[in-house]
Amino acid sequence: MPLLEVTDLRTYFTTDAGVARAVDGVSLQVGVGETLGIVGESGCGKTVTALSVLRLIPSPPGEIMAGSSIRFNDEELLEVEPARLREIRGNEISMIFQEPMTSLNPVFTVGYQIQEVLRLHRGLSKREARAAGVALLAEVGIPEPDQRFDAYPHQMSGGMLQRVMIAIALSCEPRLLIADEPTTALDVTIQAQILDLLVEMQRKHGMALLLITHDLGVIAEVCDRVVVMYGGQIVETGTTEEILTRPQHPYTQGLLASLPGIGDRDVRLNPIPGTVPSAVDWPDGCRFRDRCSFAWERCAESAPDLLPVDGRSSRSARCWLLDPDEAAGRGAHVTPGEPT
Amino acid sequence: MTSGEPNVTSASDGKTAEGNGALDGEVLLDVQDLKKYFPVHGGVLGRSVAQVRAVDGVSFRLRRGETLGLVGESGCGKSTTGRTILRLIEPTGGRVLFEGQDLEGFDRAQFIAFRRSAQIVFQDPYGSLNPRMTVGSMLAEILKVHGLAETRVDRLARVRELLEMVGLHAEHAGRYPHEFSGGQRQRIGIARALAVEPKFIVLDEPVSALDVSVQAQVINLLRDLQNELGLTYLFIAHDLAVVEYMSDRVAVMYLGKIVEMAAAQELYRNPLHPYTSALLSAAPRRDPKTAPNRQRIRLSGDVPSPIRPPAGCPFYARCPHPGKDEECQRALPVLEEKEPGHLAACCKHSMAVGGA
Repeated sequence: MPLLEVTDLRTYFTTDAGVARAVDGVSLQVGVGETLGIVGESGCGKTVTALSVLRLIPSPPGEIMAGSSIRFNDEELLEVEPARLREIRGNEISMIFQEPMTSLNPVFTVGYQIQEVLRLHRGLSKREARAAGVALLAEVGIPEPDQRFDAYPHQMSGGMLQRVMIAIALSCEPRLLIADEPTTALDVTIQAQILDLLVEMQRKHGMALLLITHDLGVIAEVCDRVVVMYGGQIVETGTTEEILTRPQHPYTQGLLASLPGIGDRDVRLNPIPGTVPSAVDWPDGCRFRDRCSFAWERCAESAPDLLPVDGRSSRSARCWLLDPDEAAGRGAHVTPGEPT
Repeated sequence: MTSGEPNVTSASDGKTAEGNGALDGEVLLDVQDLKKYFPVHGGVLGRSVAQVRAVDGVSFRLRRGETLGLVGESGCGKSTTGRTILRLIEPTGGRVLFEGQDLEGFDRAQFIAFRRSAQIVFQDPYGSLNPRMTVGSMLAEILKVHGLAETRVDRLARVRELLEMVGLHAEHAGRYPHEFSGGQRQRIGIARALAVEPKFIVLDEPVSALDVSVQAQVINLLRDLQNELGLTYLFIAHDLAVVEYMSDRVAVMYLGKIVEMAAAQELYRNPLHPYTSALLSAAPRRDPKTAPNRQRIRLSGDVPSPIRPPAGCPFYARCPHPGKDEECQRALPVLEEKEPGHLAACCKHSMAVGGA
């Protein structure tokens, strides 16, 4: 049984322009101790998916639609009482965000904010909470933790603050950590430190990690499995190696072709044409078809489900080309593995 | 090429001080020992109590048609370098020669001519476009101010040409910046820079705010425009792969100084400064086969404060080099040619490569 099982999640927002279908039928699973990456560009729905898991979607304007299911440890999170939800948040599922600076309260010391969690969730006394908090700061690699405990957020660098956020997130030994672009605001050498720390903490505490990022390099460093999102939907799933070396969906292929690799100076980049469509107005049929070099009439008629790749349910892509009968109807001998 | 290199440290030992991939060609831009110190105000009277050495003695030359990449982490002074060269910020010291002429001596007319020759594209295209002007009127105004198109009809024709040059359509001229996507806005920022027919463009993190698929479109556009128009670029970015892709030569900055400079491929294949090695090692790789196995160099700690930079080597506190010693803390290492066309500022370099 997976630790987290999201089934047919739909999170919509009411906007002036209409209903934005930000997340539109996402199903995914995270096993105990596993690292799942969600990768995609801005507006693909990856952050809304993560926020929905913790029911952090502001409502209104947002709404998790009926028929969605989020099961954690065999408990339906969309139906639990607020008191139980507060217990789960922090104790069992923690989250860290892109901007550590704005996630911490600037008028309290970082130590106070760690203590608060420990006293609230673990019922420690003030003195115990301080000792436990200092130990946590030491564990996440903050030098002179005893002194830094009394520092205010503005007195620390971005990398140090992200360590504090990780310390707070780990303070109750959660079984699942959701990290939403945890290193995007950090410099590359600091990013490497934080990713190492996340992996180390995950191994040590045996927790599962749901990592959300736009950076395929970060995915390659950290994740076991990946889901690629586009247009509020999952378009491809597989192991990290499968996704990065044998992408099946034209969008994943395009994403990889858009990135220059070190040493690829003379190869012209092959970007995806056009821009991401708006969530209030996804195209009919396949949502990627306007930007896809393989698209044909079938793609406009209706969108495929996630179709298995190599006959395996853990490896799938949302593309008609993976259905041999449909692909034959296209008439051309092109497979998505061989871009023209 | 040994003369005229005013960087005291490198001139003194007679080195060419050119990390160079393309040695031939005319020098368009010559930056000599450029410095920019920002005052730090404090105390009751708000007096200047210290200085931030944002740019601290940067020297390089750019040849016509060349792209120099400038990389480094936030706060290393790469953007300030670009802006100080263009005199968007007044330098504290040093000289900038454009086509052999010292900007310091320019009168007003010469300065306007320089503005036409040297342009900039910013990271945030939305923040750098006037939200109340249509794209067409914005571009037309530039043409008018610089006297580049006599009549209204000429201006309209040129605006259309500029928009098409950057992959937009003529009908986009009537729209406002908020009606465009991020990638399109960056195209407008590029069109604005091109409007005055510049020779040199500072590209200050031009693709950092864009999604990867759009980023690749803009990178291709910048490379095409360079080939068509013979432009010279100073490409500032923190993404190492993008910098290598765009640049002929690359300079790595740390705490206001260039610590290494070489031809792009040489620098990436054979980094001589421990900071460059660490940066390259920290960059996430997409190849899952090499990612877990490759040797990682992990830097501890953060970049020191540019207000009180450490004595001696600025990188000493974080340096992973096994042979670092008191010598590193005593003297500031000079940026000098360690291998032909490859400059680095590290006194332990000879050990790093096993004797040179």
